[in-house]
Parts: sequence; structure tokens; C-alpha cells
Amino acid sequence: MKTVGEPQYAVGDSIPELRAPPLTRLTLALYCGASGDHNPIHVDSDYARSAAGLEDVIGPGMLTMAYLGRLLTNWVPQQSLLEFQTRLLAPSKPGDCITCTGRITAIEEGSPRVIRLELQAENQDGKKLATGTAVVEYPDSSATEGVNTSA
Amino acid sequence: MLDRSRIGYHFPPFQVELEKGRLRLFAKAIGETNPIFIDEAAARAAGYRSLPMPPTYPFCLGKDIPDPFDTLHLFGLDFSGILHGEQCFRYHGLACAGDTLFGQKRVSDIYDRKNGALEFIVVVTEFKDRDGRLVCEAEQTIVVQRRSSP
Repeated sequence: MKTVGEPQYAVGDSIPELRAPPLTRLTLALYCGASGDHNPIHVDSDYARSAAGLEDVIGPGMLTMAYLGRLLTNWVPQQSLLEFQTRLLAPSKPGDCITCTGRITAIEEGSPRVIRLELQAENQDGKKLATGTAVVEYPDSSATEGVNTSA
Repeated sequence: MLDRSRIGYHFPPFQVELEKGRLRLFAKAIGETNPIFIDEAAARAAGYRSLPMPPTYPFCLGKDIPDPFDTLHLFGLDFSGILHGEQCFRYHGLACAGDTLFGQKRVSDIYDRKNGALEFIVVVTEFKDRDGRLVCEAEQTIVVQRRSSP
């Protein structure tokens, strides 16, 4: 039954997409420091060329997943997330503009009622960088109030 | 071939503090615009004790240990031929800035595909709060590409 003020979703619905800012080397440096992932392949082009045989640095897969995470938390409150999974298919490159999209694949009654989503991150050329899934509690008006501060 | 007897191996337990400044830097790095991840007053207004831990941040917590690449070292691997193939998070509770989390990482599986050309190491890290309640699990799948035999 429809509850007043409760958002209504259906299988097949898309959630609002997220367009990440263009991937700069500054972003890669900030992410390296902030994430604690100091693998030089993401920030040191000398290393990427000589040790890894790449043309240039590559973006961390977990940064792509972080953008997918923003897609989710822009849509539902953080504490509604139950599960979030990603397959990292291809690395991003400096200059990439990553777009994240999500689509509802199932709504399951139960306690709690949950929504299942499929997720995708692709670059400006339509190349898939990551696909994934998420399970979130069905958003309702109480969930948007945030968590109990005593939790 | 990777040593299958390592399935079930437990790495040394560790504890990490969820630092507010670090969370703000992380928010900046990922282009976050949602104020609850940046502004503590906005987080409190939304009902959080402080800035909440963002969805992928548990992976970063697992890097705040003396040897962040301990899984590779356990198997005698370096960065070459290594891919981060999959990542999964399961959330059981909520952590906020200022919390201390207790991590325990283990090798949960090792398997191969394509006649051993690709091997997979699955590592699960559990994070618990001070009271021993499970907050989240982070499951990383590392792909090891076999180079052609010398």
C-alpha cells in the first residue's frame, strides 16, 4: 500500500546518474594519499612506463567504485546500504569522464523491504570500467532522518 | 600455482581510527558534494554522530596497517600481473568519524580459471566496533595473471 510521503519505485527504474568530474592527475594524487593505496602505478608515470610497461598511469579501480558509491549515497541515505559489489573491468585513464548509472532489478518484500540494483561505470567513449550490484533498504521518510544518534 | 594451504590464513588483527580529517580528504579526492560527508554540522543535522564512513572507505581502512600489501607478500607476489578484479562490501552497522574499528583479515578462497592462467585470491576483512559488533565486511578478489613459463 502506498504510504503518504513514501517514494515509489519499480523494477526497471533508473536512479539519478552521477557524472564524476574529469579525472585529473591531481585527483589521482589526492586519492592515493586519502585512500592509503600507495601503489605507484596510479600516480608515478615513470614507474608505470618502466616497471609496468604502460603508456601512463592508470586510475585505481576503487576510485571508480567510490564514484558508484556516490551514485548510491546521492540516492539513498548511507545507512540504507546493505551490500555493494563491483567487478572492475578496465582501469580509468587521466582525462576520463566517468558516468555512473544504476537500475532497479528487483524489489523484495520482507523485513527489511529491499531494492536490488545493477550498476555501471563507463567513460566518455562508452567503455565499461565497472559493473556491479547493490542491495539497499527501501527508502522511506523515516530513513531520510538519518540514524539514531545513540546507535 | 598459489599455495592453496593458505586458504583460512588469518593476518594479524589491527585497529584503526576513523579520522575526520582523512574522511574530508577522501571526500575531496572522490569529488564528494553531499555535505554529510564533509560538514560535521550537516552530518549531525541528518542524525549521524559525526561524518559517516563512506561506502568504499573500509577498503582504505585495510590499507592503514604496517604492510598494506601483505596479501601479495604472503604469496611472494609483487604488483606485476596483479589486478584488483572484484570488491564487495557488506554493511551491518554504521561507523562515524572518531570511531575505532578492529579489523581481521583472512584468505577466504583461492581458485583458478583457464587452466591456471588466471588465479584468484579472495581476502575478507571484518571490521568490528569496540563492543565486538560487526560493522562491515570487505571482500577483495585479487586476480593473478600467470606469466608464460621461463
